Order: sequence, then structure tokens, then C-alpha cells
Amino acid sequence: MGRYILRRLLWTIVVVLVVTLITFVIFYVLPSGDPALRFAGKEPTPQVLAQVREDLGLNHNVAIQYLLYLKRLVVGDRYGWPGLGFSYGSGAAIAPQLWQRAQITIQLVLGAAVMWILIGIPVGVYSALKPRSAFDRSSLFIGLVFISTPVFWFGLLLLWVFWSTLGWLPGTGYVAFSDNPVQWAGHLFLPWLVLALPFAAVYARIVRSNMLDTLGEDYIRTARAKGLPERRVVAHHALRASVVPIVTLLAVDVATLIGGTVVVERIFNLQGLGSWVLDGALNQDLPVTLAVTLVATIAVCLLSLCADVIYAYLDPRVRPR
Amino acid sequence: MSAPLLEIEDLVVHFPTADGPVHAVDGLSMTVERGQTLGVVGESGSGKSVTFLAAMRLLDRAQPTISGRIALAGVDLLGLSHAEMRRVRGARIGMIFQDPLSALHPLLRVGDQIAETLRAHGKVGRRDAAAQAVAALRRVGIPNAEERARQYPHELSGGMRQRVMIAMALVLEPELLIADEPTTALDTTVEAQILDIIDDLRVRQGIGVVLVSHSLATVADVADTVVVMYAGRAVERGPCDAVFAHPLHPYTWGLLDSIPALDAERARLVPIPGAPPSQVDPPPGCRFAPRCAYRIDACTARLPELTERGGGHADACVLAVPGRTALRHRPGAGRTEAAA
Repeated sequence: MGRYILRRLLWTIVVVLVVTLITFVIFYVLPSGDPALRFAGKEPTPQVLAQVREDLGLNHNVAIQYLLYLKRLVVGDRYGWPGLGFSYGSGAAIAPQLWQRAQITIQLVLGAAVMWILIGIPVGVYSALKPRSAFDRSSLFIGLVFISTPVFWFGLLLLWVFWSTLGWLPGTGYVAFSDNPVQWAGHLFLPWLVLALPFAAVYARIVRSNMLDTLGEDYIRTARAKGLPERRVVAHHALRASVVPIVTLLAVDVATLIGGTVVVERIFNLQGLGSWVLDGALNQDLPVTLAVTLVATIAVCLLSLCADVIYAYLDPRVRPR
Repeated sequence: MSAPLLEIEDLVVHFPTADGPVHAVDGLSMTVERGQTLGVVGESGSGKSVTFLAAMRLLDRAQPTISGRIALAGVDLLGLSHAEMRRVRGARIGMIFQDPLSALHPLLRVGDQIAETLRAHGKVGRRDAAAQAVAALRRVGIPNAEERARQYPHELSGGMRQRVMIAMALVLEPELLIADEPTTALDTTVEAQILDIIDDLRVRQGIGVVLVSHSLATVADVADTVVVMYAGRAVERGPCDAVFAHPLHPYTWGLLDSIPALDAERARLVPIPGAPPSQVDPPPGCRFAPRCAYRIDACTARLPELTERGGGHADACVLAVPGRTALRHRPGAGRTEAAA
């Protein structure tokens, strides 16, 4: 097992190399103009332009720039390790901001994941136990509504109802948990909900169909034949087999959301990775784009590794010998 | 004399479908005595598995219409509440199934699966249940039982898995073991071992055994009584020796003729022509009549009842016994005479 994990971690490095390279290439291939021109101010003189170009490290050719980027990543730069450079736009170092924004995004995504699991699995199980019941049908219908509702509209609607009209919840923005746990939860509750409900709907359907399949298995009949209470048959035997495939799905979904929660972060004014990478891409701020891409890539690799390890723990049949 | 261990009386099981009710079991009676083995034989769809799943009340989800009586030591199981029935399952009736790989939970250690049965039926500590599970594995002849108990089903061979199933079914020392095609998914050599283990435990624990099989050969060595089923009904019932020595029903003849024999008495296996009848709309009269080589007009007129022919040997056939046995192995002649 240890050897397997090590091999997967080495693979992660390869994936990071490939993804950063692709990001670099896209950045320079896209006909979006000269980044130096953008950050040199209005009507720059050629001297200013050359100076900006040198400051931003754009005076080398692309291949050298990429290699320099990798070198700084490994040995660090004047802002410390890992060397992620500074934002073209603000001139501030990337690393501290990346850490701060990643914290917000991770809290947003993990909180939402907990929420959609806590909603999706029980709803799916209950639907499977009473297929075609009123509960099953209405959960399908409500789920479809959540899946098809645009996030920006739904987010604004919730803000209007719970903040502006009812005043039950604080509005947009972010309060650190260490500053005020109640405010922290209050500020994150709606973003969690908006992010979680479409996933909860999808997970409920998947758990429902897994559960229905599992309930038809021979080993469920065996469990009943040995006189186990129905509650234990469902909770211990059927649920266990039904949620194992969810682990892989969860890892992929969470990883995709790291850096992918642009709309929710914008609506609720959360300074996370998603809104940052959007700014970076639109403003030709290469170091920002690269930093978020890097974090997202590593998240995908590590989470899928976690999923595989957890899967092996849950299902002895796929354990490497 | 007290009530028989298991008594099935005039059992009818119909499943509702879009095409109308499926007559899975249609007027079946049989008895299992304490300490004895009842062999139940019939081809797929003859209703043998359904009968015993009904006895375990494991059919409830398919919402069948069930009538008749299934009594365990005089108590009608069909009348028990869900909670009462749960206490019968596993504790008083153990059941094992055809494919032990799919019948065992793939994600749980086999020892835990056995211990769970104990814990579901009484106040047994975790450690005590685990120790009893190991002892149960040892009783069915599993070597290194402690080690095996910690393994998962996929790590065991087919024969080992079925032993685990037997250990699990018998860990609470039930009065009755229902073995539903326990050897169908196993090698022939393993089949004999499994049947020996079941028979050995029957003698040692004094339990009644129902051995369900699609093959007469499987039950031949271990059954005391044999019931042959066809299309949801019993067509022949009798002491095992009598059924093999003097089979009465043409369907039983067909089953015996399709068993491969090592001696060269018969050159070829004789299959039974045709397929079992529709169970949505069963043919009138004898269910076997459409495939029977000895059919006469009276066969399709009324449904023959299981009739005692002496020595506990009974069958359900319109033809008179003496004339019928003379016809056996002369199907061509039979058809001519019947037509004449």
C-alpha cells in the first residue's frame, strides 16, 4: 500500500508539470495581446514598456519563462517557498494570498460537500426503501428543480429572502471562524446551500439506484434469512455496499469545485480561489492563473488518491496485495 | 406424537404480474420430520425455491398472494407478525443458498457475518460471538478457523464459502435447515463434501433438513423422503429408495432417464421433450400432459391429485399404476396404445 501511494504521488508531480505547461502555452497562444502593454499604464514609452517587460519576466522566450517558473517553484523565490511570483496586477506576492483564498474556498467546498452528503444519502436511501412513493416522486421533482436552477439566480433569490426580506442571516462576505464562529457559519450557510443542493439532488438519485440494486442482491436475502432486524439489514448491509461508489464521485466533485466555484464566490462576495482565477484569466495575470491551476491540479490528484485509498479500505476486493 | 417439524398444506403462491398472476406454487403439500432429510426435486421454475422462501417469509417484497398453511412444529408461520417471524429466521430455521459468493456480503469478514447472526438473536458479547463464530467454522470442517474468520468471502474457495454459509445457518442450532440448491454452483467433488457435512450435522444436531435440488442424483444418497415437483405441484412423493427403485410418475421417469449413468446400460441420455408450461395460464388437467409421452384424453380433462399408492409412495397421475409401469421405457408403444 505504501509503495502504491508513493507511486501515485510521483505521478502527481508529472501531472502538475503537464498542466502548468498547458496553462503556459494557452496563455501565450491566446491572441489576447501583450501583458506588458496592459500593465504599463496609459501610452507607455518604449523604455517603460521594456522595463515592465523585464519586471514581469516577459523578456525571455516562452520556454525559458516556463523553466524559470519551474525552477522558482522548486527552490523558491524572493517571497519564499514555493516560488509563485507576484501578481502582475497588484504587484503583491502570490503565496500569502493563495493560502488565504484557498482556506476560504476549502471551507466553502467542504462545508457544501458535508451538506450535500447529509441531504443526498438519507433522501436516496429513503426513496429506495419506498420506491414510487409520494416521497420518492417529490424528491425527484424537487431535485430536478435544484439541478436546473441557475446558480446565480438561486443565490440571489436566497439572499433576497433570507437576508434582505427576513433578515435571518447575515449578508455577503466572509468572517473567519476564529473571529466569530456564529458569524462564520451564518455567512457561509447560504453559499453552502446554493452549492450543495444540486449535488444533493444528483447524489440522492445515485444512492437511490445503488440502494435499489443492492436490496435485490442475494446477500441481502441472506441477511434477512438469518433474522437480522430490517433496520440492520438496511443500515449495515445495504447502505454499506451502496455508498462505496459514492467515495470516488465525491472526491472528483470536491476537487472540481476547488477553483471552480466562481459564481457562488462572486454572488456572496467570498474572496476565494474561483473569483481570483477568473480575474487572473481576464486580466492576463499569469502568476495568479498558474497558482490557482496548480492548487486545483494538486487537489484533483490528492483527492482521487484519497478516494482510492478509502475505497480499498471499504472494499477488500480491490485492495492491492 | 407431536406435530411434524415442518408441514406444508395446500400451499398456493401467486405473484401478480402485468400479464396476470403467475402460479408459482399451486396446491402443494409436504412434511419434514425431525432428524430426517426431505429431498425436493424439480427443474427451474417448478416452484421449489419459492415454496421455501415463502416458508421463510422472504417473499413479502414481491407481494405474492399466499394461501394454505406452513407450520413449524405446529405453529403457522404465515400468521406470525414480522417481529415474531424475524425471531424464527436464523434461530429456528437456517437457510443456505445456491451461490455462496453472492449470498455472502462481499465487504464483511466471514467471522463477523456469523457473529452478527448470534448477536441479532440474543445478548451475546462481541468477543463471545466472535469465539462462537470460530467454533461454528470449525464444526463445518474449516481448517485454521481463527484465520479464516478474519477473511473476506472473495478470499475463500467455493466449497469454503458454502461451508461458511452452513456454519452461519446452523450457528444458533435451529431445528430445520433449508438448503436451496446448495451444491449447484460447486464442483462435483466439493458437492459430495458439502452434502456429507450437512448430513453429518443433521445426525449430530438432530435437525430436519430440506434439500432442494434440480437433480435427483444429488438427493439420492442423503434424502429419506423425496418430493418431485413440476409446475408448482408435487407429482410424486415417497421414500427415497422407492422413488428410485419404482418411480411411478412419467415425469420422474424422464428425470431419471436424463441422469448420466456410468454403466453402459443406456447408450444415450433421454431428454424430456418440450418446456415447462406457462405459469400465467397453466394448461387444464395434468400440468405435465403436454410433454408426456403417455398422455390420454383424460389427462387434460382434470387435474390429478397426489394419491397414495402404498408404502408412503404417492403420485399424481391419471393412468392406473400397473398399466403405467409396464409402459415405462416404451414411450413409442405408450403413445400408440394411448391413442388406440
